[in-house]
Amino acid sequence: MITPDQIAYINARLVDPASGLDTDGALITFGGEIQAVGPDLFPGEGASNVSDQFQVIDCQGHVLCPGLIDMRVFVGEPGAEHKETLATASQAAAAGGVTTIIVMPNTDPVIDDASLVDFIKRRSRDTANVNVYPMAALTKGLEGTHLTEMGLLKEAGAIAFTDGHRSVTSSRLMRQALSYASTFGALVVHHAEEPSLSQDGAMNEGEFASRLGLAGIPAAAETIMVERDVALVELTQGRYHLSQLSCAASLRAIEQAKERGLDITCAVSAHHLALNELDVGEYRTFFKTNPPLRAEEDRQAMVDGLSRGVIDIIVSSHDPQAPENKRLPFADATPGSVGLETLLPVALEHYHNGHVELGNLLRALTYAPAQRLGLPSGRLAPGAPADLVLIDLDKPIIFDASTLKSRSKNTPFDGRKLQGRVLRTVVGGKSVFECESVVSLSGER
Amino acid sequence: MSASHITSPQAADAASFSARNLLGIEGLSLADVLILLDLADTYVDLNRQMEKKRTLLRGRTQINLFFEASTRTQSSFELAGKRLGADVMNMSVGTSSVKKGETLIDTAMTLNAMRPDLLVVRHGASGAVELLSQKVDCAVINAGDGSHEHPTQALLDALTIRRYLGSIAGLRIAICGDILHSRVARSNILLLNILGAQVRIIAPPTLLPPRAERMGVEVFQDMSEGLRGCDVVMMLRLQLERMTGSLIPSTREYFHHYGLDSQKLKYAKPGAKVMHPGPMNRGVEIDSAVADDPEISLIQDQVEMGVAVRMAVLDTLSRNLPNVSSEKAKE
Repeated sequence: MITPDQIAYINARLVDPASGLDTDGALITFGGEIQAVGPDLFPGEGASNVSDQFQVIDCQGHVLCPGLIDMRVFVGEPGAEHKETLATASQAAAAGGVTTIIVMPNTDPVIDDASLVDFIKRRSRDTANVNVYPMAALTKGLEGTHLTEMGLLKEAGAIAFTDGHRSVTSSRLMRQALSYASTFGALVVHHAEEPSLSQDGAMNEGEFASRLGLAGIPAAAETIMVERDVALVELTQGRYHLSQLSCAASLRAIEQAKERGLDITCAVSAHHLALNELDVGEYRTFFKTNPPLRAEEDRQAMVDGLSRGVIDIIVSSHDPQAPENKRLPFADATPGSVGLETLLPVALEHYHNGHVELGNLLRALTYAPAQRLGLPSGRLAPGAPADLVLIDLDKPIIFDASTLKSRSKNTPFDGRKLQGRVLRTVVGGKSVFECESVVSLSGER
Repeated sequence: MSASHITSPQAADAASFSARNLLGIEGLSLADVLILLDLADTYVDLNRQMEKKRTLLRGRTQINLFFEASTRTQSSFELAGKRLGADVMNMSVGTSSVKKGETLIDTAMTLNAMRPDLLVVRHGASGAVELLSQKVDCAVINAGDGSHEHPTQALLDALTIRRYLGSIAGLRIAICGDILHSRVARSNILLLNILGAQVRIIAPPTLLPPRAERMGVEVFQDMSEGLRGCDVVMMLRLQLERMTGSLIPSTREYFHHYGLDSQKLKYAKPGAKVMHPGPMNRGVEIDSAVADDPEISLIQDQVEMGVAVRMAVLDTLSRNLPNVSSEKAKE
């Protein structure tokens, strides 16, 4: 039997944050692209009304939206394949409804040379089942002293430039980076943290860290760097994206910069929307993140910033760590938590509790990162890549870390009650993930 | 940690202490604390006799596992175990095995396989002793973890105060100096609050933990104000080895403002007692004239109480260990 090239997703609730569309209807993919989308493609909307030229997938009223684009994913390939490979990260992404991952250059070797960008692209093409775009290092070896060959790296396929979870401490170099990157219209993505204030710290500075006897990282360590970056963007008129923010004062700095019309965007991680410093509990190292989980007021500020659109993008900050990096005294443990598979349901908490509208929430996970990175995906439009996710918005789940497809299991959400489940993930027109209990949904005739 | 079934101190006896480990003062109830202090009192008396040996822990193995160098705490635990009849082994795990790549948990698993009954642990990282306790079957006693807790020090301090000043409730007690790095301070703040004291801490802001005022203390930056009306002055060792950056400009300046000498002691209540967990930096946080004056200083008494308190802790926790016969029954 020949599978038709055209697939019809019928009985869908189409949600397209790019156009504001939220309607019942159908979507047709042809090969790797979306061919048509809308409410009136198949009058009657019954499978029987669809002609035989289509393979039919009945969405049973669930949300069909663009696949998620995760702008901050760490993998262990090359150099730390025991933590995560591009293949395992992509499987985790597919299970989480993420159709595009942007991988960080913090590997061994560091992705700071065109040949290594090419390596990531080829390995992804051969082993990954979602779209993978590498960010290249902003400075050679992530050492913060010399700029990388941005032009050559961009031609090789680097989608943006960052030092991952390292900050560029030299203001002069950061100025040069922003300035030089503008030659190529390249986006500079920065982790804002003043290391002289954060270097000894293990968690958010405050009463709780004091009680645990842990050295703290003050919110000012982030805000100082954000404010510096804003001043440098103003000076250079560069394109800047704050890879992740965690505290209210940084948010105010970003908001003011946006009001001044600077080309600045920012992201927040799903765990900074969901968790606060108290979750560290009795030295639980899976809750050690970088930046650290902050005070509850900061967490609320993040949710507020997202709902008002000051925060543009939600990322997973997926950072797999092996047990030997986590089964240590808290101060010695490596920060980071996996997040690809919890990104969507954790973000959806803020839709379910009424803080953020569904369209706005999904925009921060799809269209906003696509737009910022210049990707054609992230929208339900004819001609756009057929990267889709079918979501059961309301399904209650108790998240179980043992089900993780990621090679590392360092999730802070084990046992958390969440709502929302990915039913199917489609990349380039092909289903790369189907929720086991709904395989029967695919009604092929 | 807490023995929640104990409702009144009167009902307390050593058998009512239900915790398996002593990881910190946090989680202990007033009843738990009184059990330990009352029992320790009896061991003070025992230790002053010629015949000090008991057989309570005969057949038990106690390992003192010290990842940080210590003289007084380790010898105090060693003596406490030996006086109760336990076989005591001291293990000082320096940086060498860490360099070989063995982790804390590897060490814990190795020792656990040797089937100790009581494990006394000191480690330089906050939370390390708790982490280790999750991986072993024996009773674990925290002998100091990073800047977090040092519960037996707080208990011996409380015992010392109680014996020399009677009840602790209502006393005004100042803890002075390097609060930021001090596990002794954290355990004492918790314990003295449980026992109803009015606790003050006095330090320059750079040596205070952030939001210290939320920890059940009054915070002072000036010795003359902070010491006013205090019954007890606890001095802390300036932990120069843990300091990074510029927390104090010089020890000379520190002594000038925060070192306890007889002049500054006059701000406290007449007859106030002075304590120090040791080892002392003489001329940095405390003047020898104060430290060595038997009318003022309880420092030697603290050392004596230390052995008794540790005997009480070993005694109490050993009662909750599974005994050999029940293990044989399982086999």
